[in-house]
Amino acid sequence: MLGKLSWDAIPFDQPIPMIASGVVALAILAILAWVVIRGHLPYLWREWITSVDHKRIGVMYTLLAMVMLLRGFADAIMMRTQQALAFHGQGYLPPDHYDQVFSAHGTIMIFFVAMPFMIGLMNFVVPLQLGVRDVAFPTLNSVGFWLTATGALLVNISLGIGEFARNGWLPYPPLSELTYSPGVGVDYYLWSLEISGVGTLVAGINLVTTVLKIRTKGMNYLRMPMFCWTTLATNLLIVAAFPILTATLAMLLLDRYLGFHFFTNEAGGNVMMFVNLIWAWGHPEVYILVLPAFGIFSEVISTFSGKPLFGYRSMVAATMAICILSFMVWLHHFFTMGAGADVNAIFGIATMIIAVPTGVKVFNWLFTMYGGRVRFQTPLLWSIGFMVTFIIGGMTGVLMAVPPVAFVLHNSLFLVAHFHNVIIGGVLFGAFAGYTYWFPKAFGFKLHEGLGRAAFWCWLIGFYVAFMPLYVLGLLGMTRRMQHYDVPEWRPWLIIAACGATLILCGIVLQIVQLVVSIRQREQLRDETGDPWDGRSLEWATASPPPAFNFAFLPEVSSDDAFWQFKKRAAEQTGSEEKPEYRAIEIPRNSPTGFVCAFFATVMGFALIWHIWWMVAVGAIGAFATFVVFAWRDHDEDIIPAAEVARIDRSNRAQRLLILREEAAE
Amino acid sequence: MSTIASTEAHQGSTAARDWSGPAPKRIVTGYGFWIFILSDIVIFSAFFATYAVLLGQTAGGLTGHDLFDLRNVAIETAFLLASSFTCGLATIAADTRRATWFQLAMAVTCVFGLGFLAIEGKEFASLVARGAGPTRSAFLSAFFTLVGCHGLHVSAGILWLLTMMAQVIAKGFRADILRRILCFALFWHALDIIWIAVFTVVYLLGSAA
Repeated sequence: MLGKLSWDAIPFDQPIPMIASGVVALAILAILAWVVIRGHLPYLWREWITSVDHKRIGVMYTLLAMVMLLRGFADAIMMRTQQALAFHGQGYLPPDHYDQVFSAHGTIMIFFVAMPFMIGLMNFVVPLQLGVRDVAFPTLNSVGFWLTATGALLVNISLGIGEFARNGWLPYPPLSELTYSPGVGVDYYLWSLEISGVGTLVAGINLVTTVLKIRTKGMNYLRMPMFCWTTLATNLLIVAAFPILTATLAMLLLDRYLGFHFFTNEAGGNVMMFVNLIWAWGHPEVYILVLPAFGIFSEVISTFSGKPLFGYRSMVAATMAICILSFMVWLHHFFTMGAGADVNAIFGIATMIIAVPTGVKVFNWLFTMYGGRVRFQTPLLWSIGFMVTFIIGGMTGVLMAVPPVAFVLHNSLFLVAHFHNVIIGGVLFGAFAGYTYWFPKAFGFKLHEGLGRAAFWCWLIGFYVAFMPLYVLGLLGMTRRMQHYDVPEWRPWLIIAACGATLILCGIVLQIVQLVVSIRQREQLRDETGDPWDGRSLEWATASPPPAFNFAFLPEVSSDDAFWQFKKRAAEQTGSEEKPEYRAIEIPRNSPTGFVCAFFATVMGFALIWHIWWMVAVGAIGAFATFVVFAWRDHDEDIIPAAEVARIDRSNRAQRLLILREEAAE
Repeated sequence: MSTIASTEAHQGSTAARDWSGPAPKRIVTGYGFWIFILSDIVIFSAFFATYAVLLGQTAGGLTGHDLFDLRNVAIETAFLLASSFTCGLATIAADTRRATWFQLAMAVTCVFGLGFLAIEGKEFASLVARGAGPTRSAFLSAFFTLVGCHGLHVSAGILWLLTMMAQVIAKGFRADILRRILCFALFWHALDIIWIAVFTVVYLLGSAA
């Protein structure tokens, strides 16, 4: 009846996962109870859960990422403390549990923090920057988000029911095969990534189509803000790379479920085929994460320097060059495989070549700041912190691109330090810069500046204290994923690293405090103009938060830095009041399709993990039925009447004019 | 704010070579679906690559040369190509709003599709019966997965096809339904293209090996 599922699946004998999952379950129940008792459920259902508005979906993606960041960081600090303690001993995490912790940490941070954070920001910002009302496929957008949430949910269910994978964030066979990992941990990993991978692919298709086909009049390719370009490059990579992940994991699933021999030791299976395929996805994935961050830094640096982006066209060329080159370097993840000196040399050189367009970008950012009126506010601090940190991470990357060096450093903590250096310094700092930068656009008030700065300094210093020792440890010969060790020289560095993690913890606490304080002081932090940073692109041309239809009239663009040019023209011709004629606007109707579909996907994923075959059928039929019901509906659009559009737009404009006059009077 | 030029108010004020604004829905839908098909082709290419790598890994079992019956595959191919032709007829019928012809062409497409699946199913069953199932060797795992993945796509296509027939009966040739028919046709033809690759790489090259 319930397949492999029984009471034995719940780890009653292990206090840490029991307490953790108990706390999480209590928190979820408390939030649910609060929502229901306060009567917020209808509002949440109507305005958020069933929303197909790209802004709302973007906010929900970002929220998911931030919640999962807490989970991923909890894993991180557990590992750091374990390694600080486990000298000549066992520490407090048994090997079985420690292995699950590092696997969950990597999986969660990449797939459920970095990915949704970036996709959320792209979803929120790109249609606004392109001057349009929504993405290409609004309902599909909602489906994509909820499938991502399904994946995150399944990973977290594994905390309390069953176990998670113990073989790292990439399930290398043969360890991940049924022979060596007979439990459900690998299945949790595989099904949550298969399901959320579909969500990511859907988001990728949606955003590619949006950037290529849905831009406002006059928004030529070379007038698009840099973030739109990096979004295009990122989503092209998603469309080209994520199917490889889906196929590769499907093959591993066939091995595990039906006894196939793709990656087994027996019957001709080829382990290295898995490693090749997974990195043919995995390396582009690195750029899927970092390219949007490059876009965010471009926007932030240009805005806070009060200057157009230096070398815009070279930036576009560099972005697209990275997009293509990222598919040609995957073998550098396994130089030690034994492909031979020639193959290794080719991939080593290809890897070093990527540093060229990346270097172009760094110089462009520096020259954008050069001679500008630089305002050192939180988003710019993250950007400068990024430039310094990312260059160090990039250089250690180029170092490891040299195959003989890679043979020495392979699988050591040097590698761990390198990729945290680029992912935290690049992706996460970018996500935080974007979060601070676009928060006022999403909610109509800024985040508290002082607390933001404090959080930044904790993160930056904490990062260096936590990860620079890992470079040293790598050179001292410490390999990654060690549950305990007997080398006395390593200990001081591991203790320093644990202190660094504690500093990062302070940064995270400060960010939570910043959010709470900002919400409480929202009246003082209110942004009435819709343009709190003196921005240059079209998202600042509408109110904060933007109305459901984004723009009452689609703006017509005649140059790059579109909004900046509007403002300049407006300053030249003051007083010329335009009396626009408002028209009714059609917006896509909200739909529970995404949520219901993800519900069935969760049921199906859970049932597949535990071999509950009847429940698999229920989930599959339910998901198909949901789509048929969706396809059968007769009204897919709501109409906002002209009078309503006029009311909203006039009040927004009036507010803005009032402030502009006040500023002029000062 | 007040000086923001608006599309509605300033028609034609930008140069002719400028981007003319958001594309119509039909274009957007078709374009997005093309991108989906490209991503689907990437899935298949992963399976193709694996098949190519594992082709010789028969673990002492039967090889493609021993197993593949090219005459059978030729009939399968004929069924699929014929179904693509009738699918094209259905598209023409939809474009000219002839419901009866549309239903007829779709029904014939469905029959050809089912015929294809039946032959494939028989082939799979006979292989398993000869002790050459997917668990026998890495080569057979790759074969069953690649060809089976195509077969699953055809099955999903038939489910979609039936849904579209029902939708046209229930709703008629509405704009959104015409867009879905367009996507379905793209999907069905794409399966043909993939089958050509399967025929060449799996059966022709595989039986030579």
